[in-house]
Parts: sequence; structure tokens; C-alpha cells
Amino acid sequence: MNLPTAPVPSLEVSGLAYAYPDGHQALFGVDLTVARGERVALLGPNGAGKTTLVLHLNGILDAGAGSVRVAGLPVEKRNLAEIRRRVGIVFQDPDDQLFMPTVREDVAFGPATAGLRGPELEERVVTALRRVGMEEYAARPPHHLSFGQRRRVAVATVLAMEPEILVLDEPSSNLDPASRRELADILRSLDVTVLMVTHDLPYALELCPRAVILSDGVIAADDRTQDLLCDDELMRGHRLELPFGFDPRSVSVPRP
Amino acid sequence: MGAGHAHKLYRHGHSPVHDLPPHCKLAAVLGFVVVVVSTPREAVWAFALYGVLLAGVAAVARIPAGFLLKRLVIEVPFVAFALLMPFVVPGEQTELLGVSVSVPGLWGAWNVLAKGTLGVAASVLLASTTELRSLLLGLQRLRLPPLLVQIASFMIRYGDVITDELRRMSVARRSRGFEAGGVRHWGVLAKTAGALFIRSYERGERVHLAMVSRGYTGTMPVIDEVTASRTQWAHAAALPVLALAVCLLGWTV
Repeated sequence: MNLPTAPVPSLEVSGLAYAYPDGHQALFGVDLTVARGERVALLGPNGAGKTTLVLHLNGILDAGAGSVRVAGLPVEKRNLAEIRRRVGIVFQDPDDQLFMPTVREDVAFGPATAGLRGPELEERVVTALRRVGMEEYAARPPHHLSFGQRRRVAVATVLAMEPEILVLDEPSSNLDPASRRELADILRSLDVTVLMVTHDLPYALELCPRAVILSDGVIAADDRTQDLLCDDELMRGHRLELPFGFDPRSVSVPRP
Repeated sequence: MGAGHAHKLYRHGHSPVHDLPPHCKLAAVLGFVVVVVSTPREAVWAFALYGVLLAGVAAVARIPAGFLLKRLVIEVPFVAFALLMPFVVPGEQTELLGVSVSVPGLWGAWNVLAKGTLGVAASVLLASTTELRSLLLGLQRLRLPPLLVQIASFMIRYGDVITDELRRMSVARRSRGFEAGGVRHWGVLAKTAGALFIRSYERGERVHLAMVSRGYTGTMPVIDEVTASRTQWAHAAALPVLALAVCLLGWTV
């Protein structure tokens, strides 16, 4: 991946450390590179620093030390507008993400903030909604949709910004199995770099060929998802557990 | 906009009044109310004419009289206040149905009742022909401070979410055997209100985070610019202009 001819990676995090104002240190030098088009799962127990890391990717939190680059552009105050266009974060609760009175306006919010208007804006909204199969709900208010539909619209709100990297926080939480599968189909069909924060290990295995484990503020492992999940000792060491009856060895995933 | 968005006050339909841009309608209602309020109360016939004008608008908007009258009930507290006036206002007394009432009080009551009813009727007409969302767009277009418009639009969006949260808390309380009854339980209800406030506040923080992540810097982008043609303005102006003519007659006659 680091061949000299390789394109600029979507995400480059190097030596990232961060302590909260109250002195609690959450990240101790995180290094992570995600190539363009890759889908990577970010695994780790509660309190490992996953959310803290995600909030660094679009400059909500300022790095104490180290750096973050998105498609080569450093995350700094003067680049924030462009960085936030390039990094699309889908938060866990769609009711937090969808704050406008109608689906259409919500999807239009990001691109409109970036200055898009008129037919161009409309085009973006329609395309983004079509990619998640929600185009006929454009005129609906978000609170009249089902939870799975709201999560899909939440994905569309960031797709409309044509991001370099899509960051999903617990995408499968609270979804029934059908909505879960529909979301997986959508994510697979997108031609975009994905970083997926999740506790749902089978979902990570299904969608992400590569996974990293964040534990105690550092990247503890970075490998093929299946290899990580099959490493019992590693998994136990980082409080990661597979659901009852699930054997990652029994699943055949396409080799990269 | 989808039918799902319909508010209780709104009556779905397609009429020339429904189709007018929201800011024209807002301006027209405001103009009408100002004209009505500045009409001398002695010109009783002028108020009858205003009523006829509103009935005309309702007919064009295809709002049935029953629908309109039911929504006028909101005015009841003011009516009660108006009915008291003939008895409490001092002044020259007169006999009405064998009861002694004051003449200035009667005029005062008439004044409140007539102007209030007309104002409420005009607002009800506006609300039943304009969706909440377009009302907000209209206010935005009329240069209401953007912060107020933002607050109002968040109220529409999160009203249901917060009501739902309240309902879940109530279910959780009752599932543990609590039934609110009597003063002794007010403490529990007060704590619920406090918890709801904190939850809403925290949600506010999360929503803000999501907004900032999508590039929000303090101003909402104008996604739907509502525009009005000269003809639309002229149509909307019909009501206040006719009312103004009646008002001027009321002052001169």
C-alpha cells in the first residue's frame, strides 16, 4: 500500500495523542493509515478511545500531539471547512444526525453549507438519497420514518457531501436483522473509503476485510479481520468477545 | 410536502390561497389585523364587512365554516374577559335584558370581541392554508432574526422526540408501580421534568456536534428560497387593501 505510485491515502493518522482538559489521557500515539477505497473496522472495548479518535478526524478535537491528514490535507483550523466536507461522520443516534424538518432539507444541509445552490444542490440530494434507496421519502419529516430508514437517511446526509471517507459509529446498533442487511448492502455498494467503529464483530467481518483494535489509547492490532477474530488470546486480551455460537473460522470471506 | 407532516391546524388542499407564497400570506394577515385594530369601534358595519371579507377568503380557500368555527374556540378566554367588562367598567349605566350594565363597558366588550374574533379568524385561516414548515420559510424570507427561525424549526423537529422520551419515562415509572396521584407525588414528577431537561440538553449538545461535523458555522444555509411574483403579491394584498378601504370609510363616515 505504500508503493511510491500509490495514491494519497484517504486517512493518515500518525503519533496522535490526546488528553482531555480534566487530565484524563485517552490516546497515546495512534498510527493508522487507510488507503483509498478500503473498508476498515475499528474495534475495541468501551473506553478504549474510539470516539475520541473519531472526533479528531474532522477536527472537533484538536490533537495534543501528532497529526491527522485526510487525503493529504492536514486537519488544522484553517482547513476545517474542507476537512468537514471530506470526512462524513454518521453518528450513532439518527435523531441527533437528522435535525432539519424534512429529509430533503437535512440531506441538503451539508452541501448547502458548503455553498451549493439550485439545481446542483437538488441533484446532490437526489443522488445521495438514491444511493441509500430513500429517494421517495425526501419530503417526509425524519421522525416519521422507521429507525432503519432514519439510519439510511443519516448515511445519505454525509454522502451528499461527497466525502473522501465515511466514518460510521456503530452502524448496526438497534437495527433489526433485515435493516442490518439492507444497510450492509448499501455500504458494500458505495465506492468510498469506510472506517467503521463497531462492537458488532460479525458485521465487521462481513463488511471490512481489514480491522484494527484500539485498546488503551493505542492501536494494539492491525490485520485481516478474520485473522484478528480467530486469535483467541488477542481477543481476550482486549475484552473482545464473539457472540454465542459464532465461529469466524466457519465463515468464508473473499481474500483481498 | 408529505401528508405525514400535516399539523392539526393545517387543512390539506389545493386552492389559490394554499398556493400563495407563505411570506405574502403572513404579510397580508399582519396588514389585515393592523387595519382591523385601528378601525373605530363605533363603525359597527365596518366589522361586519371585515367578516364578509374573511368569509370570502375562506370560500376561495375551500375551508368549511364548521372547521373554521371549531378552531375559533381558542378565543374563549378572551370572550369571558370581554363579557365581564359591561359589569365592571364604571360609567353611564343602561338596562339590557333587565340587567344594569355600563355603556363604556359594552363598547369595550364589543371592541375586544369584534377585533379579537377577526384577528383569530384571520390567523386560523393562515394556519389552515399554510404548512408549519412553509410558515417558517416565510418568516425567514420576511427577515425575522435567523436565530428565532432556527429555534422554531428545531421545536418542530424535536417536539415529537421529546414527547416520546417523556412517554417512555412515564412507562418506566408506571412499570415500577408508580401512579401519580396527589400532592405527595409531585416530587417524583418534578424530578421527571428535571431529568427530561437534562436529557434534552444533552441531546442538544449531540445535535450541535452533528451539525458542526457537517460544516455548520452559526448560520443555516437557505435551502429553499421562497419567492413571490408580482401577481402573487397582488392577490395576497387584496385582503388588507380592501380592509384598508373599509377602515378609511369607517373614519370618514
